[in-house]
Amino acid sequence: MVAVAIADQEQVLHEPQSFISRYIWSQDHKVIAIQYAITAIAVGLVALVLSWLIRLQIGFPNAFDFIDPASYYQFVTMHGMIMVIYLLTALLLGGFGNYLIPLMIGARDMVFPYMNMLSYWVYLLAVLVLMASFFVPGGPTGAGWTLYPPQAILQGTPGATWGIILMLLSLVIFIVAFTMGGLNYVTTVLQARTRGMTLMRMPLSVWGLFVATILGLLAFPALLVSGVMMLLDQVIGTSFFMPAIVDMGEQSTYSGGSPILFQHLFWFFGHPEVYIVALPAFGIVSDILSTHARKNIFGYRMMIWAIVIIGGMSFIVWAHHMYVSGMNPYFGFFFATTTLIIAVPTAIKVYNWVLTLWQGNIRLTVPMLFAIGFIFTFVNGGLTGLFLGNVTVDLPLSDTYFVVAHFHMVMGVSPILVIFAAIYHWYPKITGRMLDDTMGKIHFWTTFLGTYAIYFPMHYLGFLGVPRRYFAFGVTGFIPESAQMLNATITIAALFVGVFQFLFLFNLVWSLFKGKQAGSNPWEATTLEWQTPQTPPAHGNWGPELPEVHRWAYDYSVPGAPRDFIPQTVPFSETPFQIDTEHES
Amino acid sequence: MSEMIHTGSALSMPDGMEGFVTDWSADKQAFNVPWGKAMMWIFLLSDTFIFTCFLTSYMSVRMSTTVPWPDTSEVFALTLFGNHIPLILIAIMTFILISSSGTMAMAVNFGYRRDRNKTALLMFATALFGASFVGLQAFEWTKLIMEEGVRPWGNPMGAAQFGACFFMITGFHGLHVTAGVIYLSIVAFKVKRGDYEEKGNYEIVEIAGLYWHFVDLVWVFIFAFFYLW
Ligand code: HEM
Ligand SMILES: [Cu+2]
Repeated sequence: MVAVAIADQEQVLHEPQSFISRYIWSQDHKVIAIQYAITAIAVGLVALVLSWLIRLQIGFPNAFDFIDPASYYQFVTMHGMIMVIYLLTALLLGGFGNYLIPLMIGARDMVFPYMNMLSYWVYLLAVLVLMASFFVPGGPTGAGWTLYPPQAILQGTPGATWGIILMLLSLVIFIVAFTMGGLNYVTTVLQARTRGMTLMRMPLSVWGLFVATILGLLAFPALLVSGVMMLLDQVIGTSFFMPAIVDMGEQSTYSGGSPILFQHLFWFFGHPEVYIVALPAFGIVSDILSTHARKNIFGYRMMIWAIVIIGGMSFIVWAHHMYVSGMNPYFGFFFATTTLIIAVPTAIKVYNWVLTLWQGNIRLTVPMLFAIGFIFTFVNGGLTGLFLGNVTVDLPLSDTYFVVAHFHMVMGVSPILVIFAAIYHWYPKITGRMLDDTMGKIHFWTTFLGTYAIYFPMHYLGFLGVPRRYFAFGVTGFIPESAQMLNATITIAALFVGVFQFLFLFNLVWSLFKGKQAGSNPWEATTLEWQTPQTPPAHGNWGPELPEVHRWAYDYSVPGAPRDFIPQTVPFSETPFQIDTEHES
Repeated sequence: MSEMIHTGSALSMPDGMEGFVTDWSADKQAFNVPWGKAMMWIFLLSDTFIFTCFLTSYMSVRMSTTVPWPDTSEVFALTLFGNHIPLILIAIMTFILISSSGTMAMAVNFGYRRDRNKTALLMFATALFGASFVGLQAFEWTKLIMEEGVRPWGNPMGAAQFGACFFMITGFHGLHVTAGVIYLSIVAFKVKRGDYEEKGNYEIVEIAGLYWHFVDLVWVFIFAFFYLW
């Protein structure tokens, strides 16, 4: 029984002995991270298959008997919700948050490992409840991932009884899980850093994860409350969101509720949610770009302030999702203004990424390819966001494929590219082996070009006015014949991209056994997780002594230094060189 | 400059806003409090958002409904000893909860002095106040349901959302109180048993106290917005 003290508080970590306590009921943040990641990827594969089914119907209408309108809506709904919440949020915060935060700030674990473990098991329960909805009478809900009432709980909608109940329950459970994990991440960053690791020396990955978690802790309450209220409306017949309405030819028992209230609550959560996904991606990509360009991140402090400002402002832009709800034009004016202002720190970040690459000694490794790919897709999606942020431009574009293109570029493809980059980047630390390079490059090019082939044409479809979430388009005056051909092409591209994801999964498994030995620091990176005594890091991460931090995370290519990187643990007395950060930003 | 970087901890302190940031972001800990306490503060911040969402939702449905809202001072009136007194039950409940905050504060105080018995006793008293609050709430619910005919989906006095909001918000708060009663009892029991003597501090008492005061504070808002409006 090895006992090591966490940081300087007298808490004892017990090294687990049996397989079960080591890998199943584990309290080690690294194992929990992997559990989160595997679960999230597994459920993400379900969502991937659902997306094929959606695309098959749009690309080749009525060619497949098993896709009827009801199941189509169920596929669309489950695809969206799984991707946003159960894949992206869980993988970025539960997966990367858990793995990276303690390692990058020099802690032995999260501050409350037991609660951290519970967080994973509750998350798994949420996933199981959600999956159960595929098997209940009526199937999963088909209300769209935004779950707008009244239609979400009226009889005409697929899954309006058990489907929506399980969906809402699952979300509530997810929020409990997230809260347990999130409290840990925030407290760990604030209180358990190692000596010398000031907040202003933390890698940007940690900053992104940290601020995103705070956003989650403050935004998920709105989803929780709206979920509880909708459950009450559905199960015991209250009328929070339900107006007096005729349902299947009969006057329903509801009266006097406000559907718009739900939209406000949902988007008060929903907009911060997009940044809960985006901020960790921003942070991680900054570190990857800097490492593989062998250059310090441009404007480190500016990057932090941008993350903080974006996080704060994301709470006052939510109604840009509701321009078509008939709201007061002054509100529209207010929310358009805040929406356009939030684009400023976002744009600053993009400039800083590009300037980080400028004159860097770029190594086109697989993680770097994905990171650069991210810059492209993110700029693309951010620009369409500016269109949609203006009320007058949004009105005709809302609920068309333009919106689908926007959010897939900015919140679908971009974070996924970063997740891939991050997996290629940290896999060597997690497993001790490199992922295969050739497979990685094939994976990158097919994914990057393929997703462009999928989403780029959607902007055009949106301009034509093709509405989103339609099972079939019928005959209209404004959608030309050729749109169908485009849709078929998109579907083929989607299937193609989907198939190549399995190459990636194969790579993950194959490299586990056959990959090149990585050594402790294959990318020659400066941050703490690459300086652990063992690779993969052992329980407790650091051996008997915690590391001590002497510099920021970005001393790459420092003029005069013997090597082109100086780890954060190297004291100034040993290598008296550093980037002059005071004049940097 | 170089010297400063190398020692890592000996940061010189700039003034004003920058000094504040430097200070706050210094070595290791942002706040000079134990982990559990920091985490409780963050949790309570998150919980504040939950209650705020509940209360704003309530206000929004109350303002948007076209049916008149029941007169709360009448609905929550009791006839005691032949006198018809509006809001009396709520007044008593509020008084009990506020008193429990007092005993809790005293418990924390004795906790600082590591007075095992008094700390435990005061915590049990707090839990008892809490339990009687929940008991009175059960009484209030029963009366509302049985005598006034208020249901979550409707009531004879006016807007259907009245019952919906009432049961949801007071129910959610009641759950918090119940959880608090259990939490306090467990901690009090452990204090009494001497579980914290080895560690030499009763910081958990303070943490439980934070939670308890928060639950009380939330009640004040519910009282003001739901009953007095
Ligand atoms: C550059 C700043 C951005 C602006 C100005 C912007 C603006 C908008 C607007 C106005 C809409 C509503 C369109 C409509 O429904 O008519 C929208 C939708 C959306 N945005 Fe953005 N956005 C920005 C960045 C982002 C980011 C960074 C993400 C995620 C990482 C994101 C994710 C989404 C999603 C998921 C939706 C669609 C939600 C739905 O209706 O299902 N956006 N955006
Ligand atoms: Cu938004």
